[in-house]
Amino acid sequence: MIEVIDAERCTSCDICVNVCPTNVFDKTDGIPIIARQADCQTCFLCELYCPEDALFVSPFADASQSVDVVALKQGALLGSYRRAVGWTDDTRELRGVDRSYLLFGH
Amino acid sequence: MTGRAEKLSATAGSIESDADVLVLGGGPAGTWAAISAAEHGARVVLADKGFCGTSGATAAAGTGVWYIDPDPALREAAMAGREKMGGYLQARRWMARTLDCTYAQSNRLAEWGYPYPVDDSGKSQRNSLQGPEYMRLMRKRTKAAGVIILDHSPALELLVDDGGAVAGAAGLRRQKDDRWVVRAKAVVIATGGCAFLSKTLGSNVLTGDGYLMGAEAGAELTSMEFSNPYAISAAFGSVTKTLFYGWATFTYEDGSVVPGAASKGGRSAIARALMQGPVYARLDKADEEVRRSMRASQPNFFLPFDRTGIDPFTHRFPVTLRLEGTVRGTGGLRIVDDTCATTVPGLYAAGDAATRELVCGGFTGGGSHNAAWAMSSGTWAGQGAADYARLAGAASNRQVARAGTVALRERADRPFAPAQLARAVQDEVFPYELNYFREAGRLEGSLERLDALWAEASSAGAATEADVLRAREAAAMLATARWMYRSGLARKESRGMHRRDDFPNQDERFRHYVSAGGLDEVWTAPRTHADGAYAEAAE
Ligand SMILES: Cc1cc2nc3c(=O)[nH]c(=O)nc-3n(C[C@H](O)[C@H](O)[C@H](O)COP(=O)(O)OP(=O)(O)OC[C@H]3O[C@@H](n4cnc5c(N)ncnc54)[C@H](O)[C@@H]3O)c2cc1C
Ligand code: SF4
Ligand code: SF4
Repeated sequence: MIEVIDAERCTSCDICVNVCPTNVFDKTDGIPIIARQADCQTCFLCELYCPEDALFVSPFADASQSVDVVALKQGALLGSYRRAVGWTDDTRELRGVDRSYLLFGH
Repeated sequence: MTGRAEKLSATAGSIESDADVLVLGGGPAGTWAAISAAEHGARVVLADKGFCGTSGATAAAGTGVWYIDPDPALREAAMAGREKMGGYLQARRWMARTLDCTYAQSNRLAEWGYPYPVDDSGKSQRNSLQGPEYMRLMRKRTKAAGVIILDHSPALELLVDDGGAVAGAAGLRRQKDDRWVVRAKAVVIATGGCAFLSKTLGSNVLTGDGYLMGAEAGAELTSMEFSNPYAISAAFGSVTKTLFYGWATFTYEDGSVVPGAASKGGRSAIARALMQGPVYARLDKADEEVRRSMRASQPNFFLPFDRTGIDPFTHRFPVTLRLEGTVRGTGGLRIVDDTCATTVPGLYAAGDAATRELVCGGFTGGGSHNAAWAMSSGTWAGQGAADYARLAGAASNRQVARAGTVALRERADRPFAPAQLARAVQDEVFPYELNYFREAGRLEGSLERLDALWAEASSAGAATEADVLRAREAAAMLATARWMYRSGLARKESRGMHRRDDFPNQDERFRHYVSAGGLDEVWTAPRTHADGAYAEAAE
């Protein structure tokens, strides 16, 4: 579930508040807060839409985990999903590399 | 129906508007319906519980698509190949028109700029859609078609007129703390299936709301016994994408192989093993080439592994099976004609909110049929609703009432606790020994408890403003579970995904559909196969 909004990177654009399907975030005067973490469905979509790679969704769906933000940044894990689907400027060619057609029917 | 209690007052909603067609739900079915209705001249409003573009099963998961070139031999093979699995409950005519429509709409996606991959021979490959990419595009196209989108605006109940026709819906704007009411000449329910808050990928917004709202207006359901698919994921994770487990070896704690366990055709062996203790997987049958294709094709599959330091090809990791209910089941609102009309005038259904029995029979796994159905049924329902609205003309003076019941009516005594109710329903539908493997005595035991929960919830008071959505979701899950198990009891055989320990074989006498409905009293009734002649020919 969602664990991190990195205050250093977040620009308070509120996109995550809008796009989260389960309404986990709340707007504030500054950066959004994770207001209803237990409602997070671990879909990773807020990460895709955050233009600053300021969010981190832990893969543990049923329990909150403590997360080391410094390590995440060092390991380039913030924004890793966005890069992998080609939603960053320098990975755009990845949008068209789906090779599922080779894998279906196995 | 019991839902005429409250007349719609002018002050009931914080925002009110009129439309020709109101679409509830903004996944693939809802967005295709909205676009199609707009293209047929309707003024369209679309309301989604979450955010149209990220919400629902497709946006988070992505889907294979039943896209088959219009070569008669290929089409024939595609249809024939699924009939046995689905228990011979499909209807050829519906399969054929779904293939046609999916082909046409996928090609429109290409025109709209969906980045389909090109294979080594230079051919564009169109049988897979990346969820976020597809649904971002669908949102854009829905807006471009002139549709008004209400995000974070779950529908709570339908509106009906004096004659019993559907006349709009009312809901919540949960980020504005107010309400909406849209009067419409026709409504398309595209709210997805019911996955019982199991955290299967992208599906916690899918709690069967459309089934409950439809039933409150008098709509029927069908094939609700086909509602027990369970999908594999890492035990700790939400990514229930099962294709790659075709390359897995499943083992017990001690490392020995679980006999018969497989993603396809051996999932029940995994369920049985999980009832005894932990089960592990390793995707050790994938060679280097396949591994590379997997990474390129489904980046989200790897998130749980990359973020926990597990190499799924060389490390063993614990797995679980999460219930997907009617999201990858085939039950839903019954549709009665080619426009995806339901049994209630003015009400249409599409996608997982509608039954998929016509294209899938009693089984959908490893399919791509659900995605094809969402596209196609959305397209048809949108057009059907637009045509219906046009014929209805300027019937704006009709008396309209709210159809909502449980959690919405004023009652003297206590409101019910939604979280507690949701958990109580999960306790009946999650356990493999109740739902994966069904048996009369166990189903009856569950139904007794579920009926008692319903009696309690339906006599409870109106939920508070803060938890009215949760209360309606829990009530919808409860209603769904009762239709599922009643239908499961009625089908005294095993067919498709419905397995009865007490009737392990498919029985020719049950090659029919099971309709279901009712709220306080749940009923079921057999219904002849849509295509009787075809059913006989397939013997
Ligand atoms: C992990 C996973 C993998 C899958 N893979 C495949 C595959 O490979 N091939 C395939 O064919 N199918 C697949 N499916 C099934 C497929 O995703 C669904 O059939 C498809 O998403 C159905 O589309 P839909 O528009 O009906 O519902 P959804 O995409 O689920 O959208 C429903 C929408 O309704 C909204 N909603 C819900 N309640 C309300 C309410 N009360 N008011 C307003 N809006 C509401 C939701 O927010 C959501 O946006 C998969 C499903 C899962 C979970
Ligand atoms: S989307 Fe990213 S940058 Fe924008 S408010 Fe959310 S966390 Fe901050
Ligand atoms: S992972 Fe999904 S549900 Fe969780 S906060 Fe992000 S967008 Fe919302």
